[in-house]
Amino acid sequence: MMMQKSLLLFGAALISLSAAAAPDGVRLYERHCAACHGLDGQGGVGIPLALRSFQIAVEDDFLFTTIREGRPGRVMPAFQSLSDAQVSAIVRHIRGWAPERKERAVPTTTKVAYGHPERGKTLFAQHCAQCHGANGEGGHGTGVTFSRPRDLPIMAPALNNPGFLASASDQMIKKTLLEGREGTPMVSFLKAGLKEQDIDDIVSYIRSMEKAPLHWQYDREEKPTLVMESSYDLATTVESVKRAAVGMNFRIIRTQSLEGGLFPEGEQNDKQVIVYFCNFNFINQALSLDPRVGLFMPCRITVVEGEDGTVQLMAINPKYMSRLYNNAELDDACQEMTDIYLSIMEEATL
Amino acid sequence: MTLRLLFIPALVLSLFVSAAHAAEERLLMMRSTQSFPETMLALQKTLGEYGYTVSRVQRVDIGLTSSGFQTDRYRIVFFGRPDETRELTAAHPGLIPYLPLSMTLYAEEEETLLVALDPTVLEEVVSTREFGFRVQRWKNDILSIMDELRED
Repeated sequence: MMMQKSLLLFGAALISLSAAAAPDGVRLYERHCAACHGLDGQGGVGIPLALRSFQIAVEDDFLFTTIREGRPGRVMPAFQSLSDAQVSAIVRHIRGWAPERKERAVPTTTKVAYGHPERGKTLFAQHCAQCHGANGEGGHGTGVTFSRPRDLPIMAPALNNPGFLASASDQMIKKTLLEGREGTPMVSFLKAGLKEQDIDDIVSYIRSMEKAPLHWQYDREEKPTLVMESSYDLATTVESVKRAAVGMNFRIIRTQSLEGGLFPEGEQNDKQVIVYFCNFNFINQALSLDPRVGLFMPCRITVVEGEDGTVQLMAINPKYMSRLYNNAELDDACQEMTDIYLSIMEEATL
Repeated sequence: MTLRLLFIPALVLSLFVSAAHAAEERLLMMRSTQSFPETMLALQKTLGEYGYTVSRVQRVDIGLTSSGFQTDRYRIVFFGRPDETRELTAAHPGLIPYLPLSMTLYAEEEETLLVALDPTVLEEVVSTREFGFRVQRWKNDILSIMDELRED
């Protein structure tokens, strides 16, 4: 009897321990997902996860692998530091928005027959490429952000993406083609006149992209900062930076000590001077590519005089920063910004 | 020798595979159900409670709208601990372009989004153990501040 009691107590302790240790899906979702997908899954920069047609079309495995692998170059990061239990907890939370369980996708709902990839390629060009890109590279933009106007409620996913191909089953792709996604521009291609064999061919073509998916490449050698030495004194260099920035169509918005606002005036280090400058047309373009780019705004070059009297110009390297956003569309703008910084720095130190 | 023969292709393969992955989460982000002005006020107050000084707020939206562009509220908050900032810029000038730290706030309808760079990224600029502890502490602070604002 005593033994039974002890076992019961031990069992109860184990259950309470495991309950206490179970990851909190709501909290994890709020911390890692809600900023982009919305607290209630209504979408934003990320897709609307609560959308009924999305919930019906995708499997738990799709959600799990998507969280784990992300979408290289397409904003959605890879959450590789989360444990499997944490990812599963997030998936369960996302599934809380799903309709009845019987309506959800299960791997066996839609059988995919053998398709002809070559034929599928032709059909893809005719029916899919307009939204998903000629090579399945996906639509442009970063989804809906209500602070900025968007043409579409979501952007067409990149199908030729290693993260998508690893996450999506053939059944899921076929189901989406057959039924479309209500609430998005994705229509039912069965209703649009394609036959089931046509759809199987398209699925085979999309799957064949696995042989050579589009990889997002960034330069791993890129340094975090841009540095250039000036042969002029600090004050002259600051004026030269301003002149060069204006010459590149920027507006000088402020010049201050790096310690401005941190120490009272008179106690600030006047050997570290930040020149802030802006081109609002450029900012507007960058924000339309990714609303999070404020982290390297406004443009600034810091002019620093070292203890030995040498004067240096320093700036964040936008090309290095670009990789942190996992947004291939930002790469060109960041490359352009890096080139502009270097031009201003060169001009100011001539 | 055999091991070396196996190691080199494995290394090449691992480099390729890592390039194929999406970037890991390197931006710290948070969505607040509070309005933009409330979140901005709460952020400035909470930064102070964590020992940071707000050095400046850049009102990007004002500049954009006055230049004829349509935007909702969009601001950048610069902050730091004065003595720590002075000490770090003197010891590690490579950090200068990244200091003071910053956080971006922008409105999405009635909600507000906050974005900050994960400070551990700066270990690519300074790779000492001591600095590693410091950026980890900054990261913990930013995450705690975001948690507090989320729960307000």
